[in-house]
Amino acid sequence: MLKVENINVVYMKVIQVLKGISFDLEQGQIVTLLGPNGAGKTTTLKAISGMLRTEDGEITGGSIHFNGKRIDSLIPEEISLLGISQVMEGRRILEHMTVEENLLVGAYRRKDKSEIKEDMEKIYTWFPRLKDMRKRVSGYLSGGEQQMLVIGRALMAKPRLMLLDEPSLGLAPLLVKEIYEIIKKINRETSMSILLVEQNAKAALEVADYGYVLENGRIVFGGPASFLKDNDIVKEFYMGISSSGERKSFRETKAYRRKKRWFF
Amino acid sequence: MTFFLQLVVTGFALGMIYALVAIGFIIILKNSNAFNIAQGHFVMLGGYLGYTFLIVFGMPLWATILCTMAIAALGGIVIERIALRPLIGQPIISIIMMTIALSSIIEGLVTLIWGGEYKTYHGVLPTLTITVSKISIPSEPTIGLLVSATAVLILMLFYHYTKMGLAMRATAEDLQVVQSMGIKATTVYSLSWVIAFVVGVLGGILLGAISGVMTPLAEIGLKAFTVALLGGVNSIGGAIPAGIIIGILENLSAGYLDPLLPRGGLASVFPFIVMLIVLIFRPHGLFGLRKVERI
Ligand SMILES: Nc1ncnc2c1ncn2[C@@H]1O[C@H](COP(=O)(O)OP(=O)(O)O)[C@@H](O)[C@H]1O
Ligand SMILES: [Mg+2]
Repeated sequence: MLKVENINVVYMKVIQVLKGISFDLEQGQIVTLLGPNGAGKTTTLKAISGMLRTEDGEITGGSIHFNGKRIDSLIPEEISLLGISQVMEGRRILEHMTVEENLLVGAYRRKDKSEIKEDMEKIYTWFPRLKDMRKRVSGYLSGGEQQMLVIGRALMAKPRLMLLDEPSLGLAPLLVKEIYEIIKKINRETSMSILLVEQNAKAALEVADYGYVLENGRIVFGGPASFLKDNDIVKEFYMGISSSGERKSFRETKAYRRKKRWFF
Repeated sequence: MTFFLQLVVTGFALGMIYALVAIGFIIILKNSNAFNIAQGHFVMLGGYLGYTFLIVFGMPLWATILCTMAIAALGGIVIERIALRPLIGQPIISIIMMTIALSSIIEGLVTLIWGGEYKTYHGVLPTLTITVSKISIPSEPTIGLLVSATAVLILMLFYHYTKMGLAMRATAEDLQVVQSMGIKATTVYSLSWVIAFVVGVLGGILLGAISGVMTPLAEIGLKAFTVALLGGVNSIGGAIPAGIIIGILENLSAGYLDPLLPRGGLASVFPFIVMLIVLIFRPHGLFGLRKVERI
């Protein structure tokens, strides 16, 4: 379904961040990209969603195919219409808009009005907490609820592939567990594929079919999730993550938002 | 007392027109994060177009409004496509510079076509006076109030209850999110310039009827800025009470303070003083959206 072949990505024409990344994802699968902060996980997602162009980044080599169609030269709007929906890192809710309005933004490009209503209800059954807050201004939701909202918003686009960037970031373990259970459930019920980026390897490998470990812009390791879970290197890798590592990445995401750039 | 009420009511009408113009200013500010220096020039151009259609072509008011709005809508599309789209992603300052350039172009155009002369179309508007007990409001402010209030209402409904309005609000909050949902941000930008231009010329026709048209009418842009700051720069709803407050204060100071000074002129400064005082106590303006902070 998704075929990433040997892609290189460069920011601002000089900073090479991805150095030959390749992996596949089949319909209905959950594939996870693991790796330390700064490894290039988010960049990989942005390369797929086309969002790279808005930040002065460029794919300088390799190719990305989605359902047989080459997408690495398309703009974000076109890619999203093909059925790829990105949940960006850092819980990017539209904070002055209500929960319901946030969800409607997700369904913006759809024409099937009656189905949009049904899907909204479906999202409320997956995330019952959101239902009680549908008229609430989303900026006042808790961190966990905001994460649910951005996932719900992406689902409203009815994607065939969801790119999910660090949903566990800064959330309490119990909440992480809750969100991951819902993610798995959605994947099972809708057979939507998910490309999941995580630093929390333990949580991600619980739900994923396949996993890859990124380091310095290269895939250094990969295999079935069950295999990775028992692998010593991976164990060491995710045990090695400290809470300070998480803080650092959080600060960086803020910096990226300031640097955002536009190209058409 | 009658004098006072008269001032308040006409000030209210004036303020509603200011609010309308300010909404155009705020929409650009919200979506592009840039001050549109040309907003007042849209107003000036609207005044001259109003004069041309009403007096030169002898068209009725409704047709004048429609034609002028159509021209402005087209103008908005062209401006966005030619002048502003290439600047997407450039520093905000270059967008502001571009609006300064636009304002010069419009001013040049107006001087070229109308010689920048004082034009008036007082008295050609339909007669529509409001008389409540002892105060009677002349046609121009009455029509100004009705038209601007209707336009503001339509804009608010559009912004809050339509799909396109939803896209505009979302784009104002997070461009990347909107793009990732497949929404064409360029359409939103184009529309925001159309709205800014259309409300500008509409305000111009209405203000021109009240006070005549001259190139300094462009200074209304500064007033729109004041209204925006007072209401809260990113609050479209806040522009309505803020516009009304400024309109009434301006009228009251013209009626009561100006006669006290040998050379008058306090009317145009007084609203700015009020704005400054308000901003000292409420930096976000009266109704500004703050960054949501959870406790
Ligand atoms: N917009 C950008 N401009 C320049 N460099 C960037 C940009 N985004 C990310 N980078 C750099 O690319 C590298 C990988 O970043 P990222 O893909 O965000 O890593 P991860 O998501 O794995 O933490 C980092 O060194 C980061 O500094
Ligand atoms: Mg990241």
